[in-house]
Amino acid sequence: MVAGSQVGHQSDTPGSNISDVDAEGEIEVMSQRQLIWRRFKRHRLAMVATVIVVLFYVVVVFADFLATNDPEDSEADRQYTPPQWLRLFDGIKPDLHVCRLVGTRDQFFRKVYERDCEQKVDIRVFGRGYEYSLFGLKLDRHLFGVDHPELTAEDTVFILGTDVQGRDMYSRLMRGTRLSLLIGLIGIFISLMMGTVLGAVSGFYGGFVDNVIQRGIEIIRSIPTVPLYLGLAAAFPADWSVERRFFAITIVVSLFAWTELARVVRGRYLAMRQEDFVTAAITAGASQRRIIFRHMLPSFYSHIIAASTLNLAFMVISETTLSFLGLGLLPPAISYGTLLFTAQNLQTVALAPWLLIPGLFVVVLVLSLNFMGDGIRDAADPYGS
Amino acid sequence: MTTETATDQTTEQPRGLDADPVISVRDLETHFFTDEGVVRAVDGVNFDVHPGTTMGIVGESGCGKSITAKSILQIVEAPGRIVNGEIQYRRQSGEAVNLLDYPANSGRMRAIRGGEISMIFQEPMTSFSSLHTFGNQIDEALKLHTNLSKDERFELAVDWLARVGIPNPSQRMHEYPFRFSGGQLQRAMIAMAMCTNPKVLIADEPTTALDVTTQAQILDLLQRMQEENDMAIVFITHDLGVIAEIADEVTVMYLGKVVESGPVNDFFDAPLHPYSRALLTSIPSMFTGSRERLPSISGSIPHPQNRPSGCAFHPRCQSFINGVCDIREPNLVSVNEEQDVSCFLYED
Amino acid sequence: MLSFIIRRTIYAIIAMWAVSVISFVIINLPAGDFVTTYIATQAATGNVILADEAENLRDVYGLNDPIYVQYVKWITRIVRGELGFSFEFNAPVRQVIEQNLANTLLLALGSVVFIWIVGIPIGIYSAVKQYSPGDYVATFLGFLGLGIPDFLIALVVAYLVFDHFGILLTGLYSAEYLTAPWSFGKALDLAQHLVLPVIILGTAGTASLIRIMRANLLDELKKPYVTTARAKGVTEWQLIMKYPVRYALNPVLSLTAYILPFLISGSVVLSYVLDLPTVGRDFLRALTAQDIYLSGAIILGTGWLTIIGTFFSDLLLAWVDPRIRLEGD
Ligand SMILES: Nc1ncnc2c1ncn2[C@@H]1O[C@H](COP(=O)(O)OP(=O)(O)OP(=O)(O)O)[C@@H](O)[C@H]1O
Ligand SMILES: [Mg+2]
Repeated sequence: MVAGSQVGHQSDTPGSNISDVDAEGEIEVMSQRQLIWRRFKRHRLAMVATVIVVLFYVVVVFADFLATNDPEDSEADRQYTPPQWLRLFDGIKPDLHVCRLVGTRDQFFRKVYERDCEQKVDIRVFGRGYEYSLFGLKLDRHLFGVDHPELTAEDTVFILGTDVQGRDMYSRLMRGTRLSLLIGLIGIFISLMMGTVLGAVSGFYGGFVDNVIQRGIEIIRSIPTVPLYLGLAAAFPADWSVERRFFAITIVVSLFAWTELARVVRGRYLAMRQEDFVTAAITAGASQRRIIFRHMLPSFYSHIIAASTLNLAFMVISETTLSFLGLGLLPPAISYGTLLFTAQNLQTVALAPWLLIPGLFVVVLVLSLNFMGDGIRDAADPYGS
Repeated sequence: MTTETATDQTTEQPRGLDADPVISVRDLETHFFTDEGVVRAVDGVNFDVHPGTTMGIVGESGCGKSITAKSILQIVEAPGRIVNGEIQYRRQSGEAVNLLDYPANSGRMRAIRGGEISMIFQEPMTSFSSLHTFGNQIDEALKLHTNLSKDERFELAVDWLARVGIPNPSQRMHEYPFRFSGGQLQRAMIAMAMCTNPKVLIADEPTTALDVTTQAQILDLLQRMQEENDMAIVFITHDLGVIAEIADEVTVMYLGKVVESGPVNDFFDAPLHPYSRALLTSIPSMFTGSRERLPSISGSIPHPQNRPSGCAFHPRCQSFINGVCDIREPNLVSVNEEQDVSCFLYED
Repeated sequence: MLSFIIRRTIYAIIAMWAVSVISFVIINLPAGDFVTTYIATQAATGNVILADEAENLRDVYGLNDPIYVQYVKWITRIVRGELGFSFEFNAPVRQVIEQNLANTLLLALGSVVFIWIVGIPIGIYSAVKQYSPGDYVATFLGFLGLGIPDFLIALVVAYLVFDHFGILLTGLYSAEYLTAPWSFGKALDLAQHLVLPVIILGTAGTASLIRIMRANLLDELKKPYVTTARAKGVTEWQLIMKYPVRYALNPVLSLTAYILPFLISGSVVLSYVLDLPTVGRDFLRALTAQDIYLSGAIILGTGWLTIIGTFFSDLLLAWVDPRIRLEGD
C-alpha cells in the first residue's frame, strides 16, 4: 500500500522510524500562527473578503488621491448628472476616456445634460486636480481624472454621477469611506480598550469580580441598542461642530460593542490555561516565554481580530443607520450615512438611482468584514469555542 | 418477523465454532473522505462470527474497531463511506445475504438493523436522548421490529428491564435517562438492544465507561443473555482481561487491518503476530483481575493519514525485517487449522 | 428550578433598574429642561410664557429637585402608568403610544412567524445536507440577510417597486381605507401592505435563525444518541426530526420571547423609510423634536420589554429541558 499517495497535500512520510519522529516533531514545531494562517487560507471566500477589506483601507488612506473632483465643489446646473462610464477603447485603439456631457436648456431654462459620445473627454492618469494633503505633503495629483477639472459639467467627469447640489458622487464616496471606516476604527479601539481591560480583569481575578462583570455584560447585552443609540444620538445638540459630533457618535457606536470583545478576551484567557497546545508545549519542554509568545498569543490575537472585524461591521452599520436617520453625522460631514441621507426620498431615488451606490459599498464592506471575521474565527478555533 | 416466531426457530439451528458463521466480513474497507485527505479507518478487514459465540475485537484506540462495527450495520457517519467488501449475514431463515447489497437506508437494511442485529455503545450516558423518556426510546425499537400492541410492547419492555436487573421497571419506563446511574443505563441499553431478540449483538466497549464492579456485572449479564437467547456477540474492547473472560475467538486490529485472529485460548497461549505478543507482554499479569487499558507499546500509533509504508506496524515492531516489512504489505494467511496472521514471519 | 427562577428574577429586576437609569439620563441629556423646550414651542406659536410662570411649571414638574429625587418621582409616575405629555403630538404619551401599538405588534408578530416558517426548515435542510449547493446558497443568503441593514433593503425594494410598477410602497393602508371602519376589505388591504415590511423586518432574524439552527443541528447530529437511534433501525428522516431537531429547536423556540422586543425596536428604522404608522415612527419624530416624555417612555418601554422577553425566554428554555425542569425534585 502506498500510504503517501493517500495523504494529498500533506508531506510524504518516508518509511523509516527516524524520519517518522522527525515529521511528528515538525508538526509540533509549526507555530500556532502558521497553523491558523494555513487554515485561514483554505477559506477561499474569507481570502477574497480580506482583499476587499484591504482595498477599503487603501481608500481610507488615499481617498483624496483616488478622488477625481473636489467633493465639496457644487454647481446647481449639474444637479443629478448621470454617471459617465469609463471607456477603455476608442474603436479598437486603447484610449481612456468618457463621453462628453453636453448641456442644453429645457423650456424651464434648466440645464439638461446629454451624453455625446462623438465628443471625448480624455482621462489622464496622475493628472492634476484639487489640492490635498497626504502624510503632511501638499499634493494635487490624482490617480485619474480630467486635468484641472472645471466646475462646468462639460469639462469634468462624474463616473458615479452627481447629487442634488451637483457634487461628484464618486469623490464624495471616497471621502465617505474614509470617515465611516474611521469611526469604526476609533470605535474598535475604544471597545478594544474597554473589552480587553474588563475581560482580562474578569478572567484574571475570577470569583466575585468576574461574576459582577459577567452579569453586567449580560445586562448590557440584553438592552436593545436601536432605541438607545437613537436616543443618545438625538440628545446631542444640533449646533455641535462636525468634529465634536464625530467623536460623540463614535462613542455611541462603541458603547455596547465592547461586551463581545470582553467576553472573547475572558473566554480565551480562561481557555488558554487548559488548552492542549499549551500542555503540549509544556510537555515538549518549551520555555514559559516561548509558550506564551509562540503558542498562546497568536490564537488570542486571532480571536480578538475576529471579534473586532465583526464589530467593525456592526459599527459601520450603526453609523450608517444613525446618519441616514439624520441623528448621527450631519452635513457637511461626508460618510456613508450622510450620503444615503440624500437618497431618502423615493421620487429622488427614482430620478437618480445612483444615489444608492453608497449602499452597495456598505453591503460589500459589511459582508466582507463578516466573511473575513468568520474565516479568522474558524481558523483560530476550528472546533468552536 | 415477530419476536415469538424468532424465539421458536432459534433452538433448532446449529451453534458453536463449528457451525456456519452467522456473519462473515470480507475485505471490508471504510474510508473517511475529509478535507485533509482520505482516512482509511477500516482497510481490508476479515473475520467470521459463529452463532451463539462471542467474537472479541481488540486493538489500540483509533484502529477502526467502532467503524468496523458501524459498517456492519451501515451506520457510518459522513464523510465516512464503505468503499469495498462484503458482509455475509445468514438470516434466521437460513438464507445468506450480503448486507452491503442493501442500500443503507433501505427498508430491508433497517429491518435487520436493531431487529436481527442490535448494537450497544460505549457511553451509556450520552447514548440516550435526555429529552425523551426511557420508555419512549425503547418503545421505538419495539414498534419498528414487532407487531405488538402498545400495551403488549410496554409489558415486554418492562419485562426486559426486569431481566437486566433494573428495580421498579414499570416506573422507570416513565423516567428520563439522566435519572439512571451509568450502570443502570448500560443495562437499560442492553434491554433496548435485546428486546427485539436479535441474532447478533454488537457491543462496542460496553464496559469501558463503567467502574470495575459494574463492569463485571454487565459482563455477567451479557453472558447470561447470550445463553438465554442463543445469540452471537461481537465484543469490542481495549481490554484483554475482558476478552479472556467473555470471548470465544479474538480478532486483533492494527490501523484498520486485521493482524491476527483465532480462538481465544490460542491467542493467549501462542500469540503469533509481534503486535499481539507486545500487547500480551505489556500486561504484567492479566489473570490477577486487573482490567487496565492497554499500556502503550513502545512508540506511538501513527496518525491514520501518515500511515507507514509496508506493514503498518513495522516502525514499532521488534522483529522488523529491513527491506521487507517497510516495502511490502503482508497478507492474512492461515498458519494452522485455527489461527490466521498477517506477518512476514509466517509467509514463505 | 425554583432557585433558577429566583436568580433570573433578580437579574431581570437589576437590568430593568439599569435601563430606567439609562433612559432617565438620556431624556435629561439635552441642554435645558423640557419647560425651556415648551416655552420655545409656545413662543413659536406666539404664546409668551412669563419667567415666574415658568418657575411655577418647574415646581409642578419637580424640575428644581435634586436629580435623584427627580429620578424617583419620574420612575414612580411611570410605574403608575402616568407617562407624561407629548408636546409634539399634543396628547398624553399613553394615548400616542396606544394609537399605533396594534400596528407595531402586528408587524413584529408577523415577522416572528415569517422568521420561523422560513428559517427553521432552511436551517434543518442546510445542516442535514451540509456542503450541498442548497446549503451554500442558504449560508450565503444568511450572510446577506445579516449584513445588509434593514433600511437599505427597504429602500432598494421600495425603489424597485416604485420604478417598475409606479406603486409607492408606503403606509399600512390604502387611501380609501385610511379612515374607514374595520371590514374584511380593510383587513385584506392591511395584510397586503404588511407583506413586504414583515419580510424585510424578518430578514436579519431569519438569517440568524438559519445560522443558529444549522450550527445547533450540526452539533446535535454528531451526538451518540443519534447513532443509537439509527442503530435501532429508525428511518433517517424520522430520527432526525425526533431527536436532534427537537434538541436544536428548543433554544430556538424559546428565543421568540426574546426576539419579539428586538423586532419592535428594529421596526423603528423600517417604519421611517416606509412611513409605516408604528410606535417606531412616532419615536423618531419625538427624538428629532426632543419630545422627551414620549421618547423616554418608548426607550424605557422597549428596554423593559426586552428584559421581560429575555426573562421568559430563559424560563421557557429551562422548562422545555427536563434536565433543568426536574432538577431538585
Ligand atoms: N468522522 C470521522 N472523520 C474522520 N475520521 C474519522 C471519523 N471517525 C473516525 N475516524 C477515523 O477512523 C479511525 C478509526 O476510528 P474508530 O472509532 O473505529 O476507532 P476505535 O478503534 O473504535 O477507537 P476507540 O478505541 O478509541 O473507540 C480513527 O483513527 C479516526 O481517525
Ligand atoms: Mg471506538
